Amino acid sequence: MNAKRKDFVATVMINLIVAAVVGILVFLLTYILVAGLPHVSWTFLTGTTDAFSGAGGIGVQLFNSFYLLVLTMLISIPISLGAGIYLAEYAKDNWRTSLIRSAIEVLSSLPSVVVGLFGFLLFVVKFKIGFSVISGAIALTFFNLPLLTRNIEESLSAVSSSQREAGLSLGLSKWKTEIGIILPVALPGIVTGVVLSAGRVFGEAAALIYTAGQSAPVTNFADWNPMNADSPLNPLRPAETLAVHIWKINTEGLATNAAALSAAASAVLIIAVLLFNLSARLLGNYLYRRVTASK
Amino acid sequence: MLKQYSFEKTAVQTFDDSVSLALKTDNLQVFYGANHAMHDANLEFPKNQITALIGASGSGKSTYLRSLNRMNDGIATVTGKIWYHGVDINEPDVNIYEIRRHIGMVFQRPNPFAKSIRENIVYALKANGIKGKDELASRVEKSLKGAALWDEVKDNLEKSALSLSGGQQQRLCIARSIAMEPDVLLLDEPCSALDPISTVKVEETLLELQKKYSIIIVTHNMQQASRVSSQCAFFHLGHVMEYTPTATMFSNPQIPVTQDYIAGSFG
Repeated sequence: MNAKRKDFVATVMINLIVAAVVGILVFLLTYILVAGLPHVSWTFLTGTTDAFSGAGGIGVQLFNSFYLLVLTMLISIPISLGAGIYLAEYAKDNWRTSLIRSAIEVLSSLPSVVVGLFGFLLFVVKFKIGFSVISGAIALTFFNLPLLTRNIEESLSAVSSSQREAGLSLGLSKWKTEIGIILPVALPGIVTGVVLSAGRVFGEAAALIYTAGQSAPVTNFADWNPMNADSPLNPLRPAETLAVHIWKINTEGLATNAAALSAAASAVLIIAVLLFNLSARLLGNYLYRRVTASK
Repeated sequence: MLKQYSFEKTAVQTFDDSVSLALKTDNLQVFYGANHAMHDANLEFPKNQITALIGASGSGKSTYLRSLNRMNDGIATVTGKIWYHGVDINEPDVNIYEIRRHIGMVFQRPNPFAKSIRENIVYALKANGIKGKDELASRVEKSLKGAALWDEVKDNLEKSALSLSGGQQQRLCIARSIAMEPDVLLLDEPCSALDPISTVKVEETLLELQKKYSIIIVTHNMQQASRVSSQCAFFHLGHVMEYTPTATMFSNPQIPVTQDYIAGSFG
């Protein structure tokens, strides 16, 4: 074969592979949406579930998913921000740093079901917190941390070192340079990473089955005092999320229309994750224009 | 093949007491690990003059310059003394942030912050406790005028600094430095990334600025050194070989290595 022919064959192969990847994605999305969307209605989105059969709406689960997400992010963003800044700017290039890096990598490769069981044994059983939003949020933090830390570290490292020199040469402290000059430039990348990981957390089921629990007690949406037992904001109540709900109606659901219910819930989940990805892009671009004053 | 020159034979001028000095180094040495990048640099920089540091790539001139405001901290080991207002600012317990407010620096590639033009100048001022609105506005205007950029940007101060041309960005970096009202301005090949027209503008700016500041400029462009500087130091392979008034350096270099460099035999 001559070079031209080889090149042609390689190009065709690569195009076919890309087409296959896109094709699978499109097929999956259409299948889930076509199967699920007809069963989605306002009463389905806001209604409550029958605790025994699993039939009924997903209102509480939908809220739980969002609430759990917010709590997880509240815990994991500050920690990974600190860790990311440390790794990108302060850590010396030595064995201790590479040990930290490989520890983070190990953490990110832990199967989520293991993280879930660990959370179950430690928080739910040992600390006697019980199946609760907060147990779930801490378990999710465990596998959210490595990804976020990596993302923040990479976003910070991608900022040109000449920006750091400029800050230092003006007599700014390293910390002030980091927070006032480097972080704003890295912010769009960080926000994109945060929103993408939010999508992952939103769709997570395995780690939550044993931590946030599989029951969605009816909550009183008129009561927003987190101290009250049936307030939706109470972090100590069990909270089945949407993804767990899908898993549950598929494994132990007794409702006659279980298939339709799970298809509809899946469609809602997929749409939420797609919205996360889309907003990651928009928010990242918007922030970049804001902080860099480029219109 | 580069000719071998003796590092013993140097011609380095000193000034008598009638000349007030902005900065002076005694036996300044720089090491990158085991690599001895700068040997025994003894230079005196007179106040309100432009001193050019010239030499081929790798001669150590940038390394030397970056040591003067401690930008080599954490990168290289610098020994010897740097005298500034009677204080050795190479001591470990010196407040380096304070030093850098007095000894500003402009880099080879323009590096404005990804912020608006105004914010580029006021950010460091605010961080140093200058809060008054009027004071900040007047510093912005004064420094931009000082860097000969005011007329080009005065109507667009909120525009992103990154939207400026390379030459404008570099003058903004100069403005940002002089807004801190330093004593000494260090410039590390400030025009090497600029076109000729922008270069002329920056050079004119420097000639104007020497009335208020003492300027040390690294350049690998001999014509630039002769256009702007009054004193000139020639660096070769980590040694200061010759330091004379610029006119002397270019008309009557004292030692063979400088003669060859000026004549264009290497570098």
